[in-house]
Amino acid sequence: MPDATFLDSTELVLNMGPQHPSTHGVLRVILKLDGEKVLGTDCVIGYLHRGVEKIAENRTYAQFSPYVDRMDYVAAISNGLGYCLAVEKLLNVEAPPRAQAVRVILTELNRIASHLLWLGTHALDIGALTPVFYCFREREEALKIFEKYCGARLTTHAFRIGGLQYELYEGFEQEVKAFCDMFLPKVDEYEELLTHNRIWLSRLKDVGILTAEECKEYGVTGPVLRAAGVKWDLRKAQPYSGYEKYDFLIPTRQNGDTYDRYMVRMEEMRQSVRIIRQAVGAIPEGPVMAKVSKVIKPPVGEAYVSIEAPKGELGYYIVSDGSTQPYRVRVRPPSFVNLQALDRMVRGALIADVVAVIGTLDIVLGEVDR
Amino acid sequence: MAEEKAPPPKPAAKPPATMAATPWEGDLARGLKERFGDAVTEASSYLGQNFLVAKPEAITGILQWLKWEADFDYLVDITAVDWPKRAERFDLVYILYSFLRNERVRVKTRVPEGYHPQSVVGVHLTANWLEREVFDMFGIEFAGHPDLRRILMPDEWEGHPLRKEYPILQQDQRWVQENLGIESGQ
Repeated sequence: MPDATFLDSTELVLNMGPQHPSTHGVLRVILKLDGEKVLGTDCVIGYLHRGVEKIAENRTYAQFSPYVDRMDYVAAISNGLGYCLAVEKLLNVEAPPRAQAVRVILTELNRIASHLLWLGTHALDIGALTPVFYCFREREEALKIFEKYCGARLTTHAFRIGGLQYELYEGFEQEVKAFCDMFLPKVDEYEELLTHNRIWLSRLKDVGILTAEECKEYGVTGPVLRAAGVKWDLRKAQPYSGYEKYDFLIPTRQNGDTYDRYMVRMEEMRQSVRIIRQAVGAIPEGPVMAKVSKVIKPPVGEAYVSIEAPKGELGYYIVSDGSTQPYRVRVRPPSFVNLQALDRMVRGALIADVVAVIGTLDIVLGEVDR
Repeated sequence: MAEEKAPPPKPAAKPPATMAATPWEGDLARGLKERFGDAVTEASSYLGQNFLVAKPEAITGILQWLKWEADFDYLVDITAVDWPKRAERFDLVYILYSFLRNERVRVKTRVPEGYHPQSVVGVHLTANWLEREVFDMFGIEFAGHPDLRRILMPDEWEGHPLRKEYPILQQDQRWVQENLGIESGQ
């Protein structure tokens, strides 16, 4: 709790959440205010804590993989990819090329779906009602592809340790290509609604600035870091799943404010389409599963593997004691780490900016609390 | 077509009981050993990932050195691993990354129960919440932490869930009854 000194009548402690529509779930922020000005914040989290890391120690490696989908549930495929890569690293196997290409396509589609949900709700928080309907319309198309591929829309559990469980369905390539053709003009459509909108500009410009230095201090990654001018994306810096084969750009901006983060994410969606188009045009033939024994038993050891999730660096640190169950699974959640910077971003700003900043951080409480 | 017969499966060799790590050679490992001497007890590499085992009192110094002398300016994560049978019960793991070198390194240390490792919030601000989570889940208290409270579990909760002796179904019965008004959360 921030120290509440009610003797000074201008200071007020206000509770925001956990049941507040613009906290994107169950985040509680205790605000210390002077009028409308924010003097300090304290985040109370843990309302969605399910003990995912504890569960991992009591499940086999394969049994645990559906659980990871429940962390960042709007980007479940990314969670699954990170976990599979980490266990594959411990086992020292690599998914076959065909599986890698499909993984890239689905993960990028998921990035688009995640960014669309962010854009819709972020705009809604700011007061723009229309974009959310458009965003959900297009997101639905991506979810339909997931559903057709693996039977689930959100918590997909699309990947298996060593590759994929399912072969592609008939017409997958055409549908993904059709999605790309349909989606790209839609991004311009969203931009037409927002990018030069005067209200949007005045609510976002110079709000919640986080400089590159501050980002590194706070361990903030993902679009927030890139909006501050750091050209860093794990897909380029330490490529996995064959990302080095695709030609794409890392969008960056200079100011590190809320508007820049908006611009970075918009451009990222376009780049994702670019990756998907390259990948879907050249899915190699071959098996979708590497040689992995039925009982997964990695040798004694440990590994840290991280991927560029839509929110930032998502890492898995897994310790194996040579048994069928992981000895320890640590998830490095981007949302949790990024949320810590909230206090720095809103100090001295107005209450309305808190809403904008929570939106722009793109947190998912399932991942913050795990 | 004659089917190729697979050779009879050999009895599986027993996997080694310890991590098959190889020594980590490199300028960075050498530099660290030179600077910190005996405080660095191991510098190894496993699956191409470098890690360092050091004495707990040297951690802050090593993180400072890595940050200012070797550009490891991004503290990715702090976590712990519980080994209840070992005298120094906990592994504290610091995962670092350098934007300049595009390189990761893990710094590990072993601390016994009741030991209060020095907080590294002074070196990396992000350590604040990460150390709070380690405290919440393992009960490791960091000395000099500005705000060491539980972060995911309720403040009054008894016990630290990620310790190995904490069974998966255990809960703080009293807390559940008082705060949720139900007999049990199970």
